[in-house]
Amino acid sequence: MNRTTGNELVRGAEERLKALFVRGLAGDTAAYHAFLADLTAHLRGFLRKRLFHLQDDVEDLVQEILLAVHNGRHTYRPDEPLTAWVHAIARYKLTDYFRARSRREALNTPLDDELEIFATSDAEAADARRDLSTLLDQLPDRQRLPILHVKLQGLSVTETAKLTGLSESAVKVGVHRGLKALALKFQNGS
Amino acid sequence: MKTEDLITLLATGAAPVDRHALARRFSLALLAGGIGSTLLMALVFGVRPDLASVAATAVFWLKVALPFFIGIGALAATVRLARPGVAPGYAWAALAWPVVAVWIAAIVLVWLAPADTRLPLVLGKTWRVCPLNIAFLSVPGFIAVFWALRGLAPTRLRAAGFAGGLLASATATLAYCLHCPEMALPFWAVWYLLGMAIPACVGAWLGPRLLRW
Repeated sequence: MNRTTGNELVRGAEERLKALFVRGLAGDTAAYHAFLADLTAHLRGFLRKRLFHLQDDVEDLVQEILLAVHNGRHTYRPDEPLTAWVHAIARYKLTDYFRARSRREALNTPLDDELEIFATSDAEAADARRDLSTLLDQLPDRQRLPILHVKLQGLSVTETAKLTGLSESAVKVGVHRGLKALALKFQNGS
Repeated sequence: MKTEDLITLLATGAAPVDRHALARRFSLALLAGGIGSTLLMALVFGVRPDLASVAATAVFWLKVALPFFIGIGALAATVRLARPGVAPGYAWAALAWPVVAVWIAAIVLVWLAPADTRLPLVLGKTWRVCPLNIAFLSVPGFIAVFWALRGLAPTRLRAAGFAGGLLASATATLAYCLHCPEMALPFWAVWYLLGMAIPACVGAWLGPRLLRW
Protein backbone atom coordinates (compact mmCIF):
# COMPACT_ATOMS: atom_id res chain seq x y z
CA MET A 1 0.00 0.00 0.00
CA ASN A 2 1.47 3.36 -0.85
CA ARG A 3 1.45 6.30 1.48
CA THR A 4 -1.31 8.30 -0.17
CA THR A 5 -3.86 5.50 0.03
CA GLY A 6 -2.86 4.90 3.65
CA ASN A 7 -3.49 8.53 4.50
CA GLU A 8 -6.78 8.53 2.62
CA LEU A 9 -7.87 5.45 4.54
CA VAL A 10 -7.12 7.15 7.83
CA ARG A 11 -8.91 10.31 6.74
CA GLY A 12 -11.91 8.25 5.65
CA ALA A 13 -12.06 6.53 9.02
CA GLU A 14 -11.74 9.85 10.83
CA GLU A 15 -14.60 11.39 8.86
CA ARG A 16 -16.87 8.38 9.19
CA LEU A 17 -16.21 7.83 12.90
CA LYS A 18 -16.47 11.51 13.71
CA ALA A 19 -19.82 11.89 11.94
CA LEU A 20 -21.22 8.92 13.89
CA PHE A 21 -19.74 10.07 17.20
CA VAL A 22 -21.05 13.63 16.89
CA ARG A 23 -24.55 12.27 16.19
CA GLY A 24 -24.11 9.98 19.17
CA LEU A 25 -23.19 12.90 21.42
CA ALA A 26 -26.43 14.57 20.41
CA GLY A 27 -28.38 11.53 21.63
CA ASP A 28 -28.63 9.33 18.50
CA THR A 29 -28.05 5.93 20.13
CA ALA A 30 -28.03 3.98 16.84
CA ALA A 31 -25.22 6.16 15.49
CA TYR A 32 -23.42 5.85 18.81
CA HIS A 33 -23.70 2.07 18.68
CA ALA A 34 -22.29 2.04 15.14
CA PHE A 35 -19.47 4.33 16.25
CA LEU A 36 -18.50 2.06 19.16
CA ALA A 37 -18.61 -1.05 16.95
CA ASP A 38 -16.45 0.60 14.30
CA LEU A 39 -14.06 1.95 16.92
CA THR A 40 -13.72 -1.51 18.48
CA ALA A 41 -12.32 -2.91 15.24
CA HIS A 42 -9.78 -0.08 15.04
CA LEU A 43 -8.78 -0.51 18.68
CA ARG A 44 -8.30 -4.25 18.22
CA GLY A 45 -5.96 -3.63 15.30
CA PHE A 46 -4.11 -0.93 17.22
CA LEU A 47 -3.63 -3.13 20.29
CA ARG A 48 -2.80 -6.38 18.48
CA LYS A 49 0.23 -4.66 16.99
CA ARG A 50 1.34 -3.30 20.34
CA LEU A 51 0.61 -6.32 22.55
CA PHE A 52 2.36 -8.83 20.38
CA HIS A 53 3.08 -11.38 23.12
CA LEU A 54 0.03 -10.55 25.16
CA GLN A 55 -2.81 -11.29 22.74
CA ASP A 56 -4.96 -12.59 25.60
CA ASP A 57 -5.12 -9.15 27.11
CA VAL A 58 -6.19 -7.38 23.90
CA GLU A 59 -9.93 -7.84 24.41
CA ASP A 60 -9.75 -6.73 28.06
CA LEU A 61 -8.00 -3.55 27.01
CA VAL A 62 -10.42 -2.94 24.14
CA GLN A 63 -13.25 -3.03 26.67
CA GLU A 64 -11.38 -0.79 29.06
CA ILE A 65 -10.77 1.81 26.36
CA LEU A 66 -14.39 1.65 25.15
CA LEU A 67 -15.57 2.34 28.68
CA ALA A 68 -13.08 5.20 28.99
CA VAL A 69 -14.22 6.71 25.68
CA HIS A 70 -17.80 6.51 26.90
CA ASN A 71 -17.04 8.00 30.33
CA GLY A 72 -15.00 10.83 28.85
CA ARG A 73 -17.16 11.57 25.82
CA HIS A 74 -18.32 14.96 27.18
CA THR A 75 -14.72 16.24 26.82
CA TYR A 76 -14.68 15.90 23.03
CA ARG A 77 -15.13 19.05 20.96
CA PRO A 78 -16.31 18.54 17.39
CA ASP A 79 -13.86 21.17 16.07
CA GLU A 80 -10.93 18.92 17.02
CA PRO A 81 -9.69 15.78 15.24
CA LEU A 82 -11.30 12.68 16.72
CA THR A 83 -8.17 10.66 15.98
CA ALA A 84 -6.07 12.70 18.42
CA TRP A 85 -8.74 12.46 21.13
CA VAL A 86 -9.22 8.70 20.86
CA HIS A 87 -5.51 8.07 20.51
CA ALA A 88 -4.74 10.01 23.70
CA ILE A 89 -7.27 7.89 25.63
CA ALA A 90 -5.99 4.62 24.14
CA ARG A 91 -2.39 5.56 24.91
CA TYR A 92 -3.34 6.55 28.46
CA LYS A 93 -5.03 3.20 29.08
CA LEU A 94 -2.19 1.29 27.42
CA THR A 95 0.42 3.04 29.60
CA ASP A 96 -1.66 2.31 32.67
CA TYR A 97 -1.88 -1.33 31.66
CA PHE A 98 1.88 -1.66 31.14
CA ARG A 99 2.55 0.02 34.47
CA ALA A 100 0.17 -2.30 36.34
CA ARG A 101 1.62 -5.28 34.52
CA SER A 102 5.24 -4.49 35.33
CA ARG A 103 4.28 -3.99 38.97
CA ARG A 104 2.56 -7.37 38.98
CA GLU A 105 5.42 -9.15 37.22
CA ALA A 106 7.85 -7.77 39.75
CA LEU A 107 5.81 -9.42 42.51
CA ASN A 108 5.25 -12.80 40.90
CA THR A 109 8.26 -14.69 39.70
CA PRO A 110 7.00 -16.70 36.73
CA LEU A 111 7.47 -20.19 38.22
CA ASP A 112 4.33 -21.53 36.60
CA ASP A 113 5.51 -21.31 33.01
CA GLU A 114 4.99 -25.00 32.26
CA LEU A 115 1.51 -25.11 33.68
CA GLU A 116 0.55 -22.06 31.69
CA ILE A 117 0.75 -24.02 28.45
CA PHE A 118 -2.58 -25.66 29.19
CA ALA A 119 -4.06 -22.81 31.11
CA THR A 120 -5.68 -21.17 28.12
CA SER A 121 -7.42 -22.67 25.15
CA ASP A 122 -7.66 -21.30 21.64
CA ALA A 123 -11.43 -21.11 21.47
CA GLU A 124 -11.49 -18.50 24.21
CA ALA A 125 -8.73 -16.38 22.81
CA ALA A 126 -11.05 -13.70 21.47
CA ASP A 127 -13.05 -13.45 24.68
CA ALA A 128 -12.22 -10.97 27.37
CA ARG A 129 -10.59 -12.66 30.33
CA ARG A 130 -12.14 -10.36 32.81
CA ASP A 131 -15.82 -10.90 33.44
CA LEU A 132 -17.64 -7.61 33.30
CA SER A 133 -20.87 -9.04 34.73
CA THR A 134 -19.03 -10.08 37.88
CA LEU A 135 -17.61 -6.58 38.30
CA LEU A 136 -21.07 -5.14 37.73
CA ASP A 137 -22.42 -7.30 40.57
CA GLN A 138 -19.92 -5.73 42.94
CA LEU A 139 -21.38 -2.23 42.49
CA PRO A 140 -23.71 -0.87 45.18
CA ASP A 141 -27.45 -1.15 44.39
CA ARG A 142 -27.91 2.56 43.68
CA GLN A 143 -25.48 2.16 40.76
CA ARG A 144 -26.06 -1.48 39.84
CA LEU A 145 -29.86 -1.30 39.52
CA PRO A 146 -29.91 1.79 37.24
CA ILE A 147 -27.30 0.17 34.97
CA LEU A 148 -29.18 -3.13 35.00
CA HIS A 149 -32.54 -1.59 34.06
CA VAL A 150 -31.51 1.30 31.81
CA LYS A 151 -28.45 -0.18 30.14
CA LEU A 152 -29.07 -3.93 30.07
CA GLN A 153 -32.85 -4.18 29.93
CA GLY A 154 -33.32 -0.99 27.93
CA LEU A 155 -35.94 0.56 30.22
CA SER A 156 -36.42 4.32 30.26
CA VAL A 157 -35.18 6.45 33.13
CA THR A 158 -38.77 7.08 34.25
CA GLU A 159 -39.63 3.37 34.28
CA THR A 160 -36.44 2.59 36.19
CA ALA A 161 -37.20 5.28 38.73
CA LYS A 162 -40.66 3.78 39.34
CA LEU A 163 -39.26 0.27 39.58
CA THR A 164 -36.44 1.05 41.99
CA GLY A 165 -38.03 3.83 44.02
CA LEU A 166 -35.12 6.12 43.17
CA SER A 167 -35.68 9.61 41.78
CA GLU A 168 -35.07 10.15 38.06
CA SER A 169 -31.94 12.19 38.67
CA ALA A 170 -30.66 9.51 41.06
CA VAL A 171 -31.10 6.96 38.26
CA LYS A 172 -29.09 9.12 35.83
CA VAL A 173 -26.39 9.79 38.41
CA GLY A 174 -26.33 6.09 39.29
CA VAL A 175 -25.68 5.06 35.68
CA HIS A 176 -23.00 7.73 35.29
CA ARG A 177 -21.18 7.00 38.55
CA GLY A 178 -21.60 3.25 38.11
CA LEU A 179 -19.83 3.26 34.75
CA LYS A 180 -17.01 5.34 36.21
CA ALA A 181 -16.72 2.97 39.17
CA LEU A 182 -16.66 0.07 36.71
CA ALA A 183 -13.72 1.67 34.89
CA LEU A 184 -11.78 1.89 38.17
CA LYS A 185 -12.60 -1.74 38.99
CA PHE A 186 -11.25 -2.62 35.55
CA GLN A 187 -7.90 -1.06 36.35
CA ASN A 188 -7.58 -2.43 39.84
CA GLY A 189 -8.67 -5.91 38.86
CA SER A 190 -6.53 -6.18 35.75
CA MET B 1 -19.35 -10.23 28.96
CA LYS B 2 -18.40 -10.03 25.30
CA THR B 3 -17.31 -6.77 23.76
CA GLU B 4 -20.46 -6.61 21.61
CA ASP B 5 -22.56 -6.77 24.76
CA LEU B 6 -20.55 -3.99 26.33
CA ILE B 7 -21.11 -1.84 23.22
CA THR B 8 -24.84 -2.43 23.44
CA LEU B 9 -24.75 -1.63 27.15
CA LEU B 10 -22.92 1.64 26.57
CA ALA B 11 -25.10 2.73 23.64
CA THR B 12 -28.46 1.82 25.21
CA GLY B 13 -30.19 4.90 26.54
CA ALA B 14 -27.07 7.05 26.07
CA ALA B 15 -28.40 10.53 26.73
CA PRO B 16 -27.18 13.63 24.85
CA VAL B 17 -24.06 14.97 26.53
CA ASP B 18 -23.73 18.32 28.22
CA ARG B 19 -21.68 20.42 25.79
CA HIS B 20 -20.65 22.93 28.43
CA ALA B 21 -19.59 20.49 31.13
CA LEU B 22 -16.01 21.73 31.13
CA ALA B 23 -16.85 25.44 31.34
CA ARG B 24 -19.46 24.81 34.02
CA ARG B 25 -17.11 22.73 36.16
CA PHE B 26 -14.26 25.20 36.01
CA SER B 27 -16.52 28.21 36.66
CA LEU B 28 -17.87 26.47 39.75
CA ALA B 29 -14.41 25.44 40.91
CA LEU B 30 -12.98 28.95 40.50
CA LEU B 31 -15.96 30.49 42.26
CA ALA B 32 -15.73 28.04 45.17
CA GLY B 33 -11.96 28.43 45.38
CA GLY B 34 -12.11 32.22 45.23
CA ILE B 35 -14.81 32.53 47.87
CA GLY B 36 -13.20 29.85 50.05
CA SER B 37 -9.74 31.44 49.98
CA THR B 38 -11.10 34.94 50.60
CA LEU B 39 -13.24 33.82 53.55
CA LEU B 40 -10.35 31.88 55.04
CA MET B 41 -8.06 34.91 54.60
CA ALA B 42 -10.58 37.25 56.25
CA LEU B 43 -11.24 34.89 59.17
CA VAL B 44 -7.71 33.68 59.88
CA PHE B 45 -5.46 36.58 58.83
CA GLY B 46 -7.79 39.55 58.45
CA VAL B 47 -7.99 42.16 55.69
CA ARG B 48 -5.22 44.74 56.03
CA PRO B 49 -6.68 47.88 57.70
CA ASP B 50 -5.20 50.32 55.18
CA LEU B 51 -6.54 48.45 52.16
CA ALA B 52 -8.62 51.38 50.90
CA SER B 53 -5.66 53.77 50.71
CA VAL B 54 -3.27 51.08 49.43
CA ALA B 55 -5.69 50.15 46.67
CA ALA B 56 -5.20 53.63 45.22
CA THR B 57 -1.50 52.99 44.58
CA ALA B 58 -0.09 51.50 41.40
CA VAL B 59 2.27 49.19 43.28
CA PHE B 60 -0.68 47.38 44.89
CA TRP B 61 -2.10 46.57 41.46
CA LEU B 62 1.30 45.47 40.28
CA LYS B 63 1.32 43.02 43.18
CA VAL B 64 -2.17 41.78 42.28
CA ALA B 65 -1.09 41.43 38.63
CA LEU B 66 1.47 38.72 39.44
CA PRO B 67 -0.93 36.02 40.74
CA PHE B 68 -3.58 37.23 38.30
CA PHE B 69 -1.48 36.57 35.19
CA ILE B 70 -0.04 33.33 36.58
CA GLY B 71 -3.63 32.30 37.32
CA ILE B 72 -4.67 33.03 33.72
CA GLY B 73 -1.81 30.86 32.44
CA ALA B 74 -2.60 28.10 34.94
CA LEU B 75 -6.27 28.16 33.96
CA ALA B 76 -5.38 27.84 30.27
CA ALA B 77 -3.04 24.93 31.01
CA THR B 78 -5.49 23.15 33.32
CA VAL B 79 -8.41 23.46 30.91
CA ARG B 80 -6.31 22.07 28.07
CA LEU B 81 -4.88 19.23 30.17
CA ALA B 82 -8.41 18.28 31.27
CA ARG B 83 -9.18 16.93 27.80
CA PRO B 84 -7.49 14.04 25.97
CA GLY B 85 -5.31 14.85 22.97
CA VAL B 86 -5.01 18.58 23.64
CA ALA B 87 -1.41 19.65 24.27
CA PRO B 88 -0.92 22.51 26.75
CA GLY B 89 1.29 24.21 24.13
CA TYR B 90 1.42 27.98 24.60
CA ALA B 91 -0.29 27.71 27.96
CA TRP B 92 3.08 26.93 29.58
CA ALA B 93 4.48 30.09 27.99
CA ALA B 94 1.50 32.10 29.28
CA LEU B 95 2.44 30.77 32.69
CA ALA B 96 6.14 31.45 32.41
CA TRP B 97 6.16 35.09 31.29
CA PRO B 98 4.89 36.66 34.55
CA VAL B 99 7.53 34.65 36.43
CA VAL B 100 10.31 35.77 34.10
CA ALA B 101 9.10 39.39 34.17
CA VAL B 102 8.91 39.60 37.97
CA TRP B 103 12.36 38.02 38.31
CA ILE B 104 13.99 40.45 35.89
CA ALA B 105 12.36 43.38 37.71
CA ALA B 106 13.40 41.96 41.10
CA ILE B 107 17.02 41.52 40.07
CA VAL B 108 17.17 45.06 38.69
CA LEU B 109 15.59 46.53 41.85
CA VAL B 110 17.93 44.64 44.19
CA TRP B 111 20.86 45.69 41.99
CA LEU B 112 19.89 49.35 42.19
CA ALA B 113 19.23 49.34 45.94
CA PRO B 114 21.94 50.40 48.41
CA ALA B 115 23.82 47.34 49.71
CA ASP B 116 22.43 47.47 53.25
CA THR B 117 18.77 47.59 52.14
CA ARG B 118 19.01 44.68 49.73
CA LEU B 119 18.27 41.90 52.21
CA PRO B 120 15.27 43.66 53.85
CA LEU B 121 13.91 44.25 50.34
CA VAL B 122 13.80 40.51 49.70
CA LEU B 123 12.92 39.24 53.18
CA GLY B 124 10.41 41.92 54.17
CA LYS B 125 8.83 41.29 57.58
CA THR B 126 6.79 38.19 56.82
CA TRP B 127 9.00 35.92 54.73
CA ARG B 128 8.81 33.11 57.29
CA VAL B 129 5.03 32.75 57.05
CA CYS B 130 4.15 34.04 53.59
CA PRO B 131 4.62 30.82 51.53
CA LEU B 132 2.88 28.70 54.16
CA ASN B 133 -0.02 31.16 54.41
CA ILE B 134 -0.50 31.02 50.66
CA ALA B 135 -0.35 27.22 50.66
CA PHE B 136 -2.90 27.16 53.50
CA LEU B 137 -5.29 29.49 51.65
CA SER B 138 -5.02 27.23 48.58
CA VAL B 139 -6.79 24.31 50.26
CA PRO B 140 -10.39 25.18 49.22
CA GLY B 141 -9.36 25.96 45.64
CA PHE B 142 -7.25 22.81 45.46
CA ILE B 143 -10.19 20.62 46.43
CA ALA B 144 -12.48 22.47 44.00
CA VAL B 145 -10.08 22.29 41.03
CA PHE B 146 -9.37 18.60 41.60
CA TRP B 147 -13.10 17.97 41.80
CA ALA B 148 -13.45 19.69 38.40
CA LEU B 149 -10.59 17.67 36.91
CA ARG B 150 -11.96 14.38 38.22
CA GLY B 151 -15.17 14.96 36.29
CA LEU B 152 -13.24 15.49 33.05
CA ALA B 153 -10.68 13.29 31.32
CA PRO B 154 -7.04 14.27 31.93
CA THR B 155 -4.54 11.84 30.42
CA ARG B 156 -1.33 13.49 31.66
CA LEU B 157 -2.06 13.25 35.32
CA ARG B 158 1.13 14.75 36.74
CA ALA B 159 1.01 17.80 34.47
CA ALA B 160 -2.71 18.25 35.08
CA GLY B 161 -2.13 18.01 38.84
CA PHE B 162 0.66 20.61 38.65
CA ALA B 163 -1.41 23.07 36.60
CA GLY B 164 -4.46 22.50 38.82
CA GLY B 165 -2.45 23.08 42.00
CA LEU B 166 -1.02 26.27 40.53
CA LEU B 167 -4.50 27.49 39.57
CA ALA B 168 -5.63 26.96 43.16
CA SER B 169 -2.60 28.73 44.63
CA ALA B 170 -2.82 31.69 42.22
CA THR B 171 -6.43 32.19 43.36
CA ALA B 172 -5.31 31.93 46.98
CA THR B 173 -2.52 34.48 46.40
CA LEU B 174 -5.04 36.95 44.99
CA ALA B 175 -6.96 36.63 48.25
CA TYR B 176 -3.75 36.88 50.27
CA CYS B 177 -2.93 40.21 48.57
CA LEU B 178 -5.82 41.70 50.56
CA HIS B 179 -4.00 40.85 53.78
CA CYS B 180 -0.27 40.85 52.98
CA PRO B 181 1.51 44.05 54.11
CA GLU B 182 4.59 43.54 51.91
CA MET B 183 4.95 46.14 49.16
CA ALA B 184 8.40 45.33 47.73
CA LEU B 185 8.50 43.57 44.37
CA PRO B 186 11.58 41.41 45.17
CA PHE B 187 9.63 39.98 48.12
CA TRP B 188 6.80 38.80 45.85
CA ALA B 189 9.26 37.44 43.31
CA VAL B 190 10.62 35.03 45.92
CA TRP B 191 7.98 34.27 48.54
CA TYR B 192 4.76 34.58 46.52
CA LEU B 193 6.22 32.32 43.88
CA LEU B 194 7.40 29.85 46.50
CA GLY B 195 3.94 29.90 48.08
CA MET B 196 2.34 29.23 44.71
CA ALA B 197 4.84 26.48 43.94
CA ILE B 198 3.96 24.41 47.03
CA PRO B 199 0.36 23.50 46.01
CA ALA B 200 1.54 23.06 42.41
CA CYS B 201 4.12 20.48 43.50
CA VAL B 202 1.61 18.78 45.79
CA GLY B 203 -0.71 18.65 42.78
CA ALA B 204 1.96 17.06 40.60
CA TRP B 205 2.63 14.53 43.36
CA LEU B 206 -1.03 13.65 43.99
CA GLY B 207 -2.19 13.94 40.37
CA PRO B 208 -1.48 10.34 39.33
CA ARG B 209 -3.34 9.07 42.40
CA LEU B 210 -6.30 11.44 42.58
CA LEU B 211 -7.00 11.93 38.89
CA ARG B 212 -6.84 8.33 37.71
CA TRP B 213 -9.96 7.29 35.78
